[in-house]
Amino acid sequence: MPSGVIFAIILLPLFSFLIISFIFRPFFNHRPQLSWYTTIGAIGTSLALSIWTFIEVSAQEGHVLAMPDYEWLAIGDTVINIGVTVDALAAVMLIVVTVVSLMVQFYSRGYMHGDGGYIRYFAFMSLFTASMLGLVLADNLIFLFLFWEGVGLCSYLLIGFWFHKPEAARAAMKAFVVTRLGDFGFLVAILLLYAKTGTFDIGELQHLALAGTLGGAVLTWAAIGVFSGAMGKSAQFPLHTWLPDAMEGPTPVSALIHAATMVAAGVYLVARMFPVFASDATAITTVAVIGGFTAIFAATMGLVMNDIKRVLAYSTISQLGYMMLGLGVVGMAVASGTISTEHGLTLGVAVGIFHLFTHAFFKALLFLGAGSVSHATGTFDMRMMGGLRKAMPWTYLMFLIASLSLAGIWPLAGFWSKEGILAQAQDTAPILFYLAIITVFMTAFYMFRVIFLTFCGEYRGKAHLHESPLVMLLPMGILTILAVIAGLIGVNEFLGEHSYGFFEALTHPLAWASLCLAGAGIFLAYAIYGAKWLSAASLRQRFAPIYTLLSRKYWLDELYENLFLMRLMINGIFGLFHWVDGHIVDGAVNGIATVTVMGGSLIRRLETGQLQAYGLAIFIGIIAIVAFLLIFS
Amino acid sequence: MSVGLEHFLILSAVLFAIGLYGVLAKRNAVVILMSIEIMLTAVNIAMVAFSRYSHIISGQVFVIFIMVVAAAEAAVGLALIIAIYRSRKTVDAEKFDLMKW
Amino acid sequence: MMGLDIAFWVLAVVSVGAALAVVLMRDIFRAALFLMLCFLTVAGIYITLSADFLAGAQVLIYVGAIGVLIIFAIMLTRESRRGSPSGRLRLPALFIGLLFLVTMVFVVVSTDWHVIAELPTEPTTTAIAQALFSGEDGFVLAFEIAAALLLAAIIGAIVLVREK
Repeated sequence: MPSGVIFAIILLPLFSFLIISFIFRPFFNHRPQLSWYTTIGAIGTSLALSIWTFIEVSAQEGHVLAMPDYEWLAIGDTVINIGVTVDALAAVMLIVVTVVSLMVQFYSRGYMHGDGGYIRYFAFMSLFTASMLGLVLADNLIFLFLFWEGVGLCSYLLIGFWFHKPEAARAAMKAFVVTRLGDFGFLVAILLLYAKTGTFDIGELQHLALAGTLGGAVLTWAAIGVFSGAMGKSAQFPLHTWLPDAMEGPTPVSALIHAATMVAAGVYLVARMFPVFASDATAITTVAVIGGFTAIFAATMGLVMNDIKRVLAYSTISQLGYMMLGLGVVGMAVASGTISTEHGLTLGVAVGIFHLFTHAFFKALLFLGAGSVSHATGTFDMRMMGGLRKAMPWTYLMFLIASLSLAGIWPLAGFWSKEGILAQAQDTAPILFYLAIITVFMTAFYMFRVIFLTFCGEYRGKAHLHESPLVMLLPMGILTILAVIAGLIGVNEFLGEHSYGFFEALTHPLAWASLCLAGAGIFLAYAIYGAKWLSAASLRQRFAPIYTLLSRKYWLDELYENLFLMRLMINGIFGLFHWVDGHIVDGAVNGIATVTVMGGSLIRRLETGQLQAYGLAIFIGIIAIVAFLLIFS
Repeated sequence: MSVGLEHFLILSAVLFAIGLYGVLAKRNAVVILMSIEIMLTAVNIAMVAFSRYSHIISGQVFVIFIMVVAAAEAAVGLALIIAIYRSRKTVDAEKFDLMKW
Repeated sequence: MMGLDIAFWVLAVVSVGAALAVVLMRDIFRAALFLMLCFLTVAGIYITLSADFLAGAQVLIYVGAIGVLIIFAIMLTRESRRGSPSGRLRLPALFIGLLFLVTMVFVVVSTDWHVIAELPTEPTTTAIAQALFSGEDGFVLAFEIAAALLLAAIIGAIVLVREK
């Protein structure tokens, strides 16, 4: 398979971006549909090529296609290559990115119709897709980092798409800066690894880590640095605060970037560098702990939000925690020797990425559903909704299926992937397992709270309700089908792992435990919001302190912004810098000027204008010269 | 002791130093000019002394030219002083400080 | 020779004294007169150096012309009260003058002069004339330029001093 095909997968959306930005936007501004056609064409072709790649990879022994490297930059002994890794992991990610992206572009045609920035939107979408595809295919850390920053940039541009809204602009800035903190750790880790091993190539780093050549404190710090980058992009605690605010962007953006792809980049990074992580117990335990904690932490906040997209955002953070947890616990098993290294590496990747795969589809679908709802009601606030299932039956059905998938109900996709994670956690880390299993209950509860508040009961708002157009419903439908079958199409085997049979899974006690908990969550949501046996308002009053804690997001935003940023950094440290700059630096510069002027005003007194003084000076000079000559010759 | 070249040269040096003091220390411009003449005369003495003690006549020829120049310079210098006196009513050298900062 | 030595010492003392009087005296007119005395004694010194022509030229030019010129200038620029006071730089000037004197004396004394002690025998006028006007080794060019210089000086002085 020619390597040009792989590069074409990345380059087609990139050219789409360039064409839209530099040709369509300036010259064809009156025909915005051109940019939509270009985007669809590029991403559709990339999808076709990705499917072809997938087929080729699955036909290969060991599920890897060898691809040549091209030398890009050589500085002395340092050589940076352009290369791609086409293995099972990359092939799966390609499918995820291109499918979800294409569905979202179709949906956007309806959702963004009439918007003034229509052309700009599709340009950025193309650029984002290109960056994400480059990210999953890159085989060395420099190129991965390049595309990493690219997706971060597109995220910023798209969150702040409606930049005249101050909240959107602020949210975009917040997203960029918070992920930047993580990226800094990532960059330091890249440099550290290079300093120790002399290579950026991921494959080589993996070999070195497994062989034990790269080890000790260096490996721990480097892995933690890489994970900090993943924490930023995948919104793990404590760098999760940007994702709920990122919901200011258009809903298809949230679906594509902040549910399915960009936030998954962190998980992908850990999976790609999994041998490096698994070789160091400290690092992989950190991954697992933070993943597990984030899962339950975010779920608690999702329980009390009034905005649909905020609930979905916290749900995304929670599910990303699950993915990290999955990778983490398998890595812990490998590091402690419970599983053989060879088996553990493929198992870890399979567990984490399988959930990424299924999550991408049902979470994107949930966001598109939320967009559909807002398209009809004009708001995302659930307190203004209710009874929408009569007016929007299709949206209701698809949203319901996606929620069931997310809650992990058999035989939908989410069940299979979540069970994989829970099973591994149960074997390896019991505490984290309990956290994860409680989160199952909470996940089911908050999703069905959303459903009962939005689609059931009486409509509390004032808009004229209608179902969404076909151009929006059709992509949602395709995603619904995927949300149902994605667990059954053998991705697990493709990634090298054995999976359970269709009915065999129900015989495991773990499966029953999680299904019961999910059912309990759904029932409780029905009790409070559906049948109203318990009053939500009275519960809120009884548990008022807890409610405040959760709805204020544990005051983390206040902590970060008020205390840390404003007081400590801006007033404190930066104020100090400002003082130093004003007084010391400027003082030095002004001081030099003042000294010069003072020196000048002293020296100019020599210019008396009187001949005799000058004559005196001349004679002093003459005598000095004569004396000098006399003494030294 | 018999008078030799050194005596004449030391006499020349003494006169030159006196003239130098006069140039640098007096305020009246005419006195400054007179002191310059003393300096030139001192140089003349040295020249003639060298000429006599080496029997080379060029020294005396040189003195002639120095006298010519001294005369011309005295004439023009005094003319200048008179011109300045006409416009500024003073010949005090300390008052001529137009080039002051 | 004895006579020459005595003459030298007398003339030397008088000329130095006259020069000191020029720079130290308050009254300008008296200072100018002492200047002319200084010039006369210098003419005498020329004679002790067997420079007969130059002695004559000294009297003619310096005493006769320059001295009179200076007296005219004094008359024309008389500042009634001031006279010839000392300036602000008299102490530094004194110091420099003494320093200069010491340096020169040191140089003169410590140099090994090659002297010819015999008196020159011929009158110098012929020798000077020959040196000035002879074709190849002469100073004819300098002579002519000196003439031009004098012309320029005369014109310059006239231009400076004439009434507008």
